[in-house]
Amino acid sequence: MIRWVRQREWPWWQAGILLGLLNMFAFYTANYYLSTSTTFSRAAGMILGVFVPEHVATNAYYQVHKPVVDWQFMLVIGIFLGALLASKLSGQFRVSLVPDLFAARFGQGTARRWGIGLLGGVLLGFGARMADGCTSGHTLSGAAQLALSGWVATAGFFIGGIAVALLIYGRRSY
Amino acid sequence: MGPLEITGMARLVLGLVTGLAFGFILQKGQALKFHKIIDALRLRDFTIWKLMFTAIGVGMIGIYAMNELGLAKLHIKPTILSANIVGGLIFGAGFALLGFCPGTCVGAAGEGRLDGLYSGVVGLLIGAGLYSEVYPYLLPRFLKIGALGKVTLSQLFGMGIWPTVLVVALALGAAVWFLDRIDRGARAKAKPPELTPSPINA
Repeated sequence: MIRWVRQREWPWWQAGILLGLLNMFAFYTANYYLSTSTTFSRAAGMILGVFVPEHVATNAYYQVHKPVVDWQFMLVIGIFLGALLASKLSGQFRVSLVPDLFAARFGQGTARRWGIGLLGGVLLGFGARMADGCTSGHTLSGAAQLALSGWVATAGFFIGGIAVALLIYGRRSY
Repeated sequence: MGPLEITGMARLVLGLVTGLAFGFILQKGQALKFHKIIDALRLRDFTIWKLMFTAIGVGMIGIYAMNELGLAKLHIKPTILSANIVGGLIFGAGFALLGFCPGTCVGAAGEGRLDGLYSGVVGLLIGAGLYSEVYPYLLPRFLKIGALGKVTLSQLFGMGIWPTVLVVALALGAAVWFLDRIDRGARAKAKPPELTPSPINA
């Protein structure tokens, strides 16, 4: 058991089965499902609320998704801590600013990674909220519940992702 | 029976614990690694596809079984074709540019990949915040296009729940089997490591 927890990686099927079981756990204990992206709306509302509280109080979206800390907000914090713990246990934790594959394509510059990544992050956040979920809420949870929205959004995520990834990196080895 | 009704502080702690397990599994499953995600999207390495399909399959059978036993309630998100498709494609473009999705960019930061934080989380906050601003304008028009309500595949195909679960489970199983064959083939063909140029000098 201890050796298993300290392993550098688990086979995809072990991790996949565990994620499925974890989702069942979430349904039973929290009457909710693995999901993350609403938290970024709530957090954006909290930050904005510091500067323009009246605006946040009247915005229609923040009425539906109130800027408060809820189960999912804590889940997102937990993801950070869980990944930290897992990578520390296997000795894989390593601080890095630019991924190797990105550097091979675009160079080592942090500014370029920041710019391209930030654009990606903005599209990710905007797209997730428009689609009403991300690869957790729509893919892991929505598709698993056979929701049409989950399958349609997931198709969108991966068609868009494959197209842009091939455009940027092609299929060659780096 | 029914799902537990945990509220208040205990619910927040529960969220934290669930997230801890989520991040732990994603890290061990290699799903937080930039090159694994990009190679999944470049269709060169199907590890994440297989992991994801397995998670969907196990979750599907488990959640529907629990629902049958009265242990879980379903949470079907309404289908809005316009928003699901356009939002999905925008998300996909961001996914490839950043190399992480919302959950994995937080996890990647935990693994020490700070770009998950300075690009990912910052961008996500801006993007989600922007959407809140345009939402009032999208609500009366765009978000009404193709609004079908809480539809499931079983309703769409006019099949019972369990036949649909069976069909989807078989399809997922077949996909995983097929993708695993491709991965094994690619690994067998791969050059010995000493002949591969290091990524930085390439």
